[in-house]
Amino acid sequence: MTPSKKLTFSRRSFLKTSALAGGGIIIGFNLFNSCKSDVKPAIDLSQLNYNDFNAFIKISPEGKVTIFSPNPEIGQGVKTSMPMIIAEELEVAWEDVYVVQAPLDTANYNRQVAGGSQSIRHGWTALRQTGATAKQMLVNAAAAKWGVDASECSVKEGVISNAKGETFNYGDVVNEAATLEIPEEVSLKDPNDFTIIGQGKGNVDIDRIITGKPLFGLDYKVEGMLYASVLRPPAFGQKLESYDASAAKSLPGVVDVITIGKKVRAYNEAGNRNWSMVMSDSDKVVVIAKTTWDAFKGKKALKAVWKTDTPLESTEKHDEILNGLLTGKEFNTRRKDGDVAKAFANADKVIERVYESPFLPHNTLEPMNFFADVTDEKVNLVGPVQTPESAQKVVADLLGRDIETVSVDMTRMGGGFGRRLYGDFVYEAAEISDAIRKPIKMVSSREDDMTTGVYRPAIKYRIAASIKDGKLTGYHLKEAAVNSNMYGLIPNFFPAGAVENYQVDTANYRSNITTGAWRAPYTNFLASAEQSFFDELAEELGVDRVKLHMDLLENVKNNPDPKIEYSPERLQGVLKLAVEKSNWGKSESGVYQGLSVYYCHNTHVAEVADITMENGIPSVKKVTCAIDCGIVINPLGAMNQCKGGVLDGIGHAMYSDFGFSNGVPQSNNFNSYQLIRMGQTPKVDIHFIENDIDPTGLGEPTLPPVGAAVANAIYKATGKRLTKQPYMSNMNVEEKILG
Amino acid sequence: MPTFNLKINNETHSVEADMDTPLLWVLRDKINLVGTKFGCGIGQCGSCTVHVDGNAMRSCLLQVSQAEGMDITTIEGLSENGDHVVQQAWKEVDVPQCGYCQAGQIMTASAFLNNNPNPSESEIRNAMHGNICRCAAYNSIEEAVKLASEKLS
Repeated sequence: MTPSKKLTFSRRSFLKTSALAGGGIIIGFNLFNSCKSDVKPAIDLSQLNYNDFNAFIKISPEGKVTIFSPNPEIGQGVKTSMPMIIAEELEVAWEDVYVVQAPLDTANYNRQVAGGSQSIRHGWTALRQTGATAKQMLVNAAAAKWGVDASECSVKEGVISNAKGETFNYGDVVNEAATLEIPEEVSLKDPNDFTIIGQGKGNVDIDRIITGKPLFGLDYKVEGMLYASVLRPPAFGQKLESYDASAAKSLPGVVDVITIGKKVRAYNEAGNRNWSMVMSDSDKVVVIAKTTWDAFKGKKALKAVWKTDTPLESTEKHDEILNGLLTGKEFNTRRKDGDVAKAFANADKVIERVYESPFLPHNTLEPMNFFADVTDEKVNLVGPVQTPESAQKVVADLLGRDIETVSVDMTRMGGGFGRRLYGDFVYEAAEISDAIRKPIKMVSSREDDMTTGVYRPAIKYRIAASIKDGKLTGYHLKEAAVNSNMYGLIPNFFPAGAVENYQVDTANYRSNITTGAWRAPYTNFLASAEQSFFDELAEELGVDRVKLHMDLLENVKNNPDPKIEYSPERLQGVLKLAVEKSNWGKSESGVYQGLSVYYCHNTHVAEVADITMENGIPSVKKVTCAIDCGIVINPLGAMNQCKGGVLDGIGHAMYSDFGFSNGVPQSNNFNSYQLIRMGQTPKVDIHFIENDIDPTGLGEPTLPPVGAAVANAIYKATGKRLTKQPYMSNMNVEEKILG
Repeated sequence: MPTFNLKINNETHSVEADMDTPLLWVLRDKINLVGTKFGCGIGQCGSCTVHVDGNAMRSCLLQVSQAEGMDITTIEGLSENGDHVVQQAWKEVDVPQCGYCQAGQIMTASAFLNNNPNPSESEIRNAMHGNICRCAAYNSIEEAVKLASEKLS
């Protein structure tokens, strides 16, 4: 092993060690503070209220290594990949590492958030330094025992050797190591010497998953726990007027019927409403019962009267309003280069298209649920939430408790996709248990989950481009969205910097329908719109689609723009790789190919979709995906994330639709809402660019480009440009495959 | 409340429940077998799949009163040590992302392979189409079913 990078860093700010009472060493580290200064979160994570990001490793005198994985696991694989990085630099065999999900502990860990595809990117350097520092302290302890210089020692799989061939296991020197000073400088490994990073490691929870052991929030229970089902307003804009619980209360399994809502209302009226307070201010009726089924049945037996509080909205109205915003004059200009108006006035030709997307529910397969046990002394919360720290603070404030008396334990999550960033279900559980002073589990049904969601907002884009002398001279992107607009980095994504006259404008309409982050916020549809538009643009220009992108990216390389977010070289790299691996332009007869290339979440991706037409219905056969995310930590987990992202993207671009009529969601379960199923899935062929660049996010970036790859392929097959999602409804082909 | 005697994973359980209680909630809330998952409650997602007399069935649609006298197997009873050929294939391929739907997927796949140990690709895709994976781990699920069928033949 050749030590490579020498790094000096202010260790005291992010590392501390202590000897454990029972022997051994524990090393705490502050992950977030050690980040390089150029790290910019991909979405405005400051609103998620975190400051720090810490974790621990523990080494026992027996040499056992436990790594406490601090971040919530939602299926993105960090419970496996983050400990892999520590184990690599610590020089221990992966098989000897035991990984534990850390509880929420604001004294010791602070930034415990899953969101924005940022866990690995933020953690990379700090996780490596932590592993390397621990290893160096163990080596220093062994060297002192032998009376030799530490540089004469080497380590392999937790065994320290000296020049004479003597050896110590880590466990033999761990007590001495705990008393040493933290070294000022440690060496990080040369990526060529990695033995764990880059090797496919299976999910650390695999045995528990395949044997059905309790893991998820819905599986958690304690003695005497009751189940709670919450009746919320059926339409956005409604509030509870009155209710009759007599039929519900007469059911044998029903224990009590109460209302909640006052605490949240008081909190919001006092001006405390924060980003996570997405729930309606209405009172809600709660059925408390002995089993989940009893609670669901009780809720069905409730008779409630609702009153209209704010206007009840419909999809037709949203369409009208968003179209009005797109053609109106009220915009917030987010980036402006040159003069698009002038470019359009002088153009030989102007192309303009409008792209439309519906609201989407998250539909995590594990419905929202949370356990709460409120007593006079403390509040114990357990369940699946992507933002436990915020949940703890809000619950403490809601119930008027000291934050130290509120604990949050994280379970594995049956999917997140952004939904579990919002803590509404935690607050409901806390308010219910506070009212009845018993341990309860709030459980949403699928219908509750789909109809009282925090939806991806409906968004429309208008894209216009000017062509002069066969060249693209101007590009104007307008966004009209429900509730909120694209985050600040997006206007600096491609084609920013590639077109002389470039402008991004946004406008929004405030609706009473709750909306929020949904896997790859904004880019999940923007990429479809822009990359469909570029396909059309290439056709208008009479230029090969690949050449158009390569040339535009060449412009960026020749005229560097410090504000742009992407790397033109890396986008060209993935484009070349996707073209090569997909046999672009050489597909067999009857197979139509579409291309899309995109940058988001710090990762560069190019995708080619191969489709065939069967009885007038497009069938996606294969997607070739080239990705540059820097070093791949766990190829097995990375492959899963990327394939899943592509298929999730195809499903929502082609099939999933969601609308409102008088405030009422028009789908409420999987018999009326189409999620992609196996019969609709192509083979996904993943190729990673191999380099030594620090790793970036993978949970989201393969999803956004795929919609356009499919739409562009369908265009080749049918001559029809698809601009409205879901594409299948837009083609007047309703293909419902239900269970 | 009536009492029902259920044969689950080769053990007899005596439970008190309303007649219309779905087997799913009896398993989860009364017998503490929480490996069988709740996803939709209307037989559309497959998360709650169990074996009833060897056939894959949606436990959210099967009322406890209908389940008496039947031989019920849940994910916990599929094998002694998680070593059923389908479970092992799932592990080898490293199928799960969030993992929530996987018990249902494994139960569907194991009943299917029991009846058809050497299926074609389209037979696999048809057999598994009733099980939703929200993380869309479909490529890996397909690969694992294929691997299990190879191990069987």
